[in-house]
Amino acid sequence: MDSAGEVVNDGKITLEGFTVAARAFADKWKRHNLSFPPWSWIPLINRTMLKKEEGYLSLEKIIILSSLEGSAEEESLDVTADWSEKEESIDHTVLVQNEEDEAHYYDYHIVYSASYMVPMLYFRGYSSDGKPLSLDVIKRDLPSSSVSLLLESKWTFITQEEHPYLNRPWFKLHPCGTEEWIKLLSESSSSDGCQIPVELYLVSWFSVVGQVVGLKIPREMLI
Amino acid sequence: MAANEEAVKYVWEGAIPLQIHLHKSEVASHPAPPPALVLAPRIGYLPLLVHLIKPYFKDSLPPGEDSIWFDYKGLPLKWYIPTGVLFDLLCAEPERPWNLTIHFRGYPSNVLIPCEGEDSVKWNFVNSLKEAAYIINGNCKNVMNMSQSDQEDLWTSVMNGDLDAYTRLSPKIKMGNIEDEFSRKASLSSPQSRQGGTEKDLAGQVKTARVPVRLYVRSVSKDFEILEDVPEMDTWDEISYLNRPVDFLREEGRKCFTLRDAIECLLPEYIGDRAQTSGEEGEERTTDASDISQETRGEIKMVRIQGIEMKLEIPFSWVVNNLMNPEFYLHVSVLVKEPQR
Repeated sequence: MDSAGEVVNDGKITLEGFTVAARAFADKWKRHNLSFPPWSWIPLINRTMLKKEEGYLSLEKIIILSSLEGSAEEESLDVTADWSEKEESIDHTVLVQNEEDEAHYYDYHIVYSASYMVPMLYFRGYSSDGKPLSLDVIKRDLPSSSVSLLLESKWTFITQEEHPYLNRPWFKLHPCGTEEWIKLLSESSSSDGCQIPVELYLVSWFSVVGQVVGLKIPREMLI
Repeated sequence: MAANEEAVKYVWEGAIPLQIHLHKSEVASHPAPPPALVLAPRIGYLPLLVHLIKPYFKDSLPPGEDSIWFDYKGLPLKWYIPTGVLFDLLCAEPERPWNLTIHFRGYPSNVLIPCEGEDSVKWNFVNSLKEAAYIINGNCKNVMNMSQSDQEDLWTSVMNGDLDAYTRLSPKIKMGNIEDEFSRKASLSSPQSRQGGTEKDLAGQVKTARVPVRLYVRSVSKDFEILEDVPEMDTWDEISYLNRPVDFLREEGRKCFTLRDAIECLLPEYIGDRAQTSGEEGEERTTDASDISQETRGEIKMVRIQGIEMKLEIPFSWVVNNLMNPEFYLHVSVLVKEPQR
């Protein structure tokens, strides 16, 4: 068994593997997903004496311009990022056209769970004045398949929990099932049953998990 | 075994006397009502006390819809942390009765996750149980496969503090067990099991168990001699919360895995404590002012579990088997002196 195989096993990944996978994911995203800002690695600065490097991935201030009619018709939403002047001018144009629709901002964090030994997606929504969005409002921004899943399992699919590092309420995708997805992905991608390479772990994970919140990745990232 | 059962019984019967004051902004009657006195189970949760408290205060409340929360000296209390853990963490010097303030309006939703009464507490418990099952067994199938009525009965036993009912039901969760090193040594000394023990010893097996641990670390920048000198907490940002399992490695013939070993796994930056205490059996430590490196090093001042200030040399397996909460988590409050930078 090679070293990469040791950090990815049965759909689970070690903390060290997560760090490697996170950097690979951020690099691929930056290279292939040009319409989005890059994911940032946030180190845990309050534990500088730790030997191991720890942190999480962050993608912030993603704007979703949502309308009731739009969310009913489309699976994926128009997503732009408030991170460049060029994009901002476009957003203003759109905002003028839809005066009744308010811009919703979203932050996404990918955090390693030591309990489940898999990544976890945390997210939160807020309006332009920084006020948090309620779950009812967020539901309108989610793909309809996620909304129906949310209705079925209110308490266990997307729950509001405390962000593990920020001491604030965030929404979390429950990690039960992540392990099975990764297994299925790795089995389908390679006929000889090899473990998925650590560099592709997070990309594969996000290709499934990201869709729950309406974030898709281009196919080139999976190569 | 009688000794172990006794410790678990004490944990389940553990209670904290609360003196609950209605927040002054919500006093609509004159004069203000006196505080309510409630005995709160350590392993329970604050929202579960509302059915006792609300009837007491309802005549004093202004009109409007309830959104109930508690604070201690202005700090909103996280309802999803067991009451006993909150007490151990926030009262460095135990305060009896513990004075809390209850609010029926103005929920601080920027700081606290929502609470929809008993249902929220129940599902918080179930999700923690699933997480613990995942840590111990590698999956949470046994929790998922529990029947609705069994899950309900398990929760009811926790709500009612019914250890007997809980003991009858918990085997259905099928949590992997950690062999108690204390009990094992005791049984090895008896003639009847000596042969069995010898066989195990010869095997030289290495067993690993993952133990669900939630660590709450309170850092204080100034050194202090007595707990009364610890300053009050202003925000939850002063607490580092670690939700991280301990890999409990027990190799035959090797020395006992202690609580200190477990904490050093979780807080490696405080490993220096061992060097200070090496060669010393007593609890007393003399601070050598001439040693600059010692002054700048962080130090573990206190470890509390279920209200007990723990000696760090205790076998970790005993701590786990006797002091964990019903959702199979060991909640550990740690008070540390911050390292100087």
